Amino acid sequence: MFSRRLFLKSSAVAMFGTSTAPAWLSRALYATDAPSPRKKILVAIFQRGAMDGLNVVVPHGEKSYYDLRPNLAIPRPDGTQDSVIDLDGFFGLHPSLRPLKQVYDAGHLAIVHAVGSPDPTRSHFDAQDFMESGTPGQKTTADGWLNRVLQPEKTISPVRAVSLGPELPRALRGHNEAVAIDNLNDFKVRDTRGASAFENMYAGTHDQVLNGTGREAFDAVKRVQAIDKQPYTPAPNVHYPPGKLGQNLMQIARLIKANVGLEVAFTDVGGWDHHVNEVGGKSTVGQLANLLNDFGQALSAFYLDLGDRMADVSVVSMSEFGRTAKENGTRGTDHGHANVMFAFGGGIKGGKIYGDWPGMEREQLYEQRDLNLTTDFRDVLGELVTRHLGNQHIGSVFPGYDQPKFRGLLGA
Amino acid sequence: MKKTLPLLTALCCAAMLPAERDYAEFDKKISIDQQILHALDRLTFGPRPGDIEAVKAMGLNQWIDLQLHPERIAENEALARQVGPLVEPKLIPIEQLLTPQQIRLLRTGTVKEARDLLATLPPEKAEQVLTQMPVVRQKVGAAVAKGVANQTGQAQAQLRQLLTPQQIQLLRTGSDKEGLDFLATLPQDKVAQVLALMPAVRQRLASQLDGDMRMMVESAAKDKQPGRAQPGQVLAQAKIYRAIESDRQLQEVLVDFWYNHFNVDAGKGADRYLVTDYERNAIRPHVLGKFRDLLEATANSAAMMFYLDNWQSSVERPAPRIAAVKNAKQAEHGLNENYARELMELHTLGVDGGYTQKDIVEIARCFTGWTIDKPRLGGPFTYNDRMHDKGSKTVLGAVIPAGGGKADGEKVLDILARHPSTARFISRELAQRFVSDDPPPALVDRMAKTFRDSDGDIRAVLNTLFTSPEFFSQGAYRAKVKTPFEMIVSAVRATGAQVDNAGPLVKQLTTLGEPLYRKLEPTGYSNVGEDWMNSAALLARMNFSLKLAQNQMQGVRLDPGKFSAVPADAARQLLFADAAGQTLAAIDKEIGDQQSDPGLVAGMLLGSPDFQRR
Repeated sequence: MFSRRLFLKSSAVAMFGTSTAPAWLSRALYATDAPSPRKKILVAIFQRGAMDGLNVVVPHGEKSYYDLRPNLAIPRPDGTQDSVIDLDGFFGLHPSLRPLKQVYDAGHLAIVHAVGSPDPTRSHFDAQDFMESGTPGQKTTADGWLNRVLQPEKTISPVRAVSLGPELPRALRGHNEAVAIDNLNDFKVRDTRGASAFENMYAGTHDQVLNGTGREAFDAVKRVQAIDKQPYTPAPNVHYPPGKLGQNLMQIARLIKANVGLEVAFTDVGGWDHHVNEVGGKSTVGQLANLLNDFGQALSAFYLDLGDRMADVSVVSMSEFGRTAKENGTRGTDHGHANVMFAFGGGIKGGKIYGDWPGMEREQLYEQRDLNLTTDFRDVLGELVTRHLGNQHIGSVFPGYDQPKFRGLLGA
Repeated sequence: MKKTLPLLTALCCAAMLPAERDYAEFDKKISIDQQILHALDRLTFGPRPGDIEAVKAMGLNQWIDLQLHPERIAENEALARQVGPLVEPKLIPIEQLLTPQQIRLLRTGTVKEARDLLATLPPEKAEQVLTQMPVVRQKVGAAVAKGVANQTGQAQAQLRQLLTPQQIQLLRTGSDKEGLDFLATLPQDKVAQVLALMPAVRQRLASQLDGDMRMMVESAAKDKQPGRAQPGQVLAQAKIYRAIESDRQLQEVLVDFWYNHFNVDAGKGADRYLVTDYERNAIRPHVLGKFRDLLEATANSAAMMFYLDNWQSSVERPAPRIAAVKNAKQAEHGLNENYARELMELHTLGVDGGYTQKDIVEIARCFTGWTIDKPRLGGPFTYNDRMHDKGSKTVLGAVIPAGGGKADGEKVLDILARHPSTARFISRELAQRFVSDDPPPALVDRMAKTFRDSDGDIRAVLNTLFTSPEFFSQGAYRAKVKTPFEMIVSAVRATGAQVDNAGPLVKQLTTLGEPLYRKLEPTGYSNVGEDWMNSAALLARMNFSLKLAQNQMQGVRLDPGKFSAVPADAARQLLFADAAGQTLAAIDKEIGDQQSDPGLVAGMLLGSPDFQRR
């Protein structure tokens, strides 16, 4: 059971302007309550470029980690600003992820380690493709797992599946309608005279493809523009960081609160491919630190902004593969294998690190160079799909993978 | 006898029909006027006013033949003037630009000294220095290099609107104190704007600004600042100019096609500096030549070797014990299969072309040693025999004996270029681009035959395509959805708009879903028109159309008054054909009895379903 005092103790609680924690945090958010009648929502965040999981959720209890990374390892937890933030005595967070510590301590943030795709490819595009299509090793899958998750409904919202960005990602391609929105405010035809002419034109055209896309577009526009015209204000004292990820998550929060029928959302954040100069002069400086700063703030802002609503919303992050256990000759790391996934919200039992730690001694490493895989990414996504979204047809969401081993993020 | 025949025929038809997709539309001819429009739609980036008449005057077949021989078409002088400085900057020898002391300082001085010196140079000079001295580029870092690249052209113009030349010079060459004293006299947001446009100066002075000011400056710099050079930005602008203005239209269409086929992402590390050369020397010269030559040129390019990681691919060696040797060998990571796989899957045979995982490994072994000299400095392609796997290999059944060198890879290119699957794969892709998303197999077969018979002569294959009955058929006519690039360029061409600055159009393409030279995956951008249709993209096309036609598109000029006030007539001006009834009805309904706004009507036509097809 979470204690309010924990929050008051922590000094880095910048997002709380007041001295008392918001009331909703002291309530238990778990399934013991009556199930929410509102739709469950899944938000997927793709970290493109292969995030270095070992430097993000640091196995500070593992001696090999320090042996293999004399320049890049994050210092063992000692209370100082640049050292690992301990989580459970063995693992800890990179210090730039400080905002997520609160979410972890509140029992809401779950971490899965040594997780990823079993396919041996170390090609970014192949691996991203496999993770988004949900069929590692198979190049011929035309659609994506996040699209296949959607179940037939009586009434379908035109914005049930949304990706934030100009392009519809692989993960959302498929038979079900999915919309790519770059900016909610711009998601319309700006000139109203043009808008109605276009709507009529496309509704009346014999061109089937354009007729369909036109209808989809204008339906989605109506839903989105019906949202309050005022600029969005997040919950009190919540500040989303200015980068693209923060802004995208804020827009997803806005869509959720506006009750437009959103079911799945997708966004991505790039730049994790640190072959060179991954870590600066100290751990809180440099490329990885910058990205984690942004990542941590964006996720915790979303969590705090949604507040109560987090009971219906699960967020999960993933990256195509991890990075080498050993640092390379250019202060970076190269493409590896297993990685880390974060998940919170919707009844997920957080405050824990899931998975089986394979160890980092030479013989324990995958091909003697990378962190070994002990959980398939589909085990994690599959559990969220069945237990959070309630889609029992796991075999159609992840073809060829109908016997997943759930880790228990959402129950026994 | 007579009675049984019809039964037999009926049985035969019944047996054939269910499994076959109906390509009957490709048997129906189109009128001569439609043929001319169709040829312009497919062989160019869209007709301009007067094009149809010109083709008629020349004769359709003669015009097609001329396009197939771009060397017979005079180069467009105005285009050369616009594009030249963008992609082929005249290189002035460094010794003419800098003193020996300056050169020595740049080469051997500290990072700070090098940056400070660069900050004192006018941007064109700094750009020359960075282009010709990769060691310096490496030293001063990507941020400063990018900043210098920014400063030519657009950013310069913006800066001149904010400060006088003397003030600009002061910031560049004056002391830190003089620079800061001057900045202190400006309003805060102006300081932020100025420093956003002068990154080298910013680098020097930022640490001496107070906290708030510094944050403002940093955020202005990070913002969507004008002229911020994305990788491939300059090349993208040149591409737009060429597509709009070049008289060698088919050539430019094919450069687009082949670049996509042999895709390289300008956003990947050193490729940023390599793609210009790649397009100019590996792609453009070969677009209508022999496929084998094109294939070879791409394989021998630093751009491709870097993009698909082959530059690191090496025969496995035991780890050296001496540290110095270890560091030198850090680039040798063992075998990398990336290039070998994509070479077969995407460049030649196609995913169903009949190869195995073993073939991928064997081909990768053949290409070990095909690498880059000083990769992170954008060095040229080179073959390094030390990295080459000299064992014998078996590729698609052919044995390549041990002891070979670069010739191993060349043998693979021979095998792949001549493989029947390649003839079919390439022919189908060309047919997808020029005929329809799902081209009739009979046509593809004939093109593949020409490919084989002519030893991969692209011009010959295209000739088979353009003279085929399927090309000038109902099945092909207006069958393709325009890609974002095709949509934007055809709109500019149809309206006769003038592009003064292609930068905003390049940005607009990102909103429409096709950031030029930035396709991450080696598959390149899709040839299937329908892949481009999604809600956000369609809305973006509509918004672009209204902006362009009402002369509100940054960097582009046009006079909406030149469009007819009568929608049906304006449609013929822009579509070069009649608009659909529904389109005109929707427009009439909107403008009603009001005084017609020609820009608005033109915008509605450009965003209509009619204009989205070619």
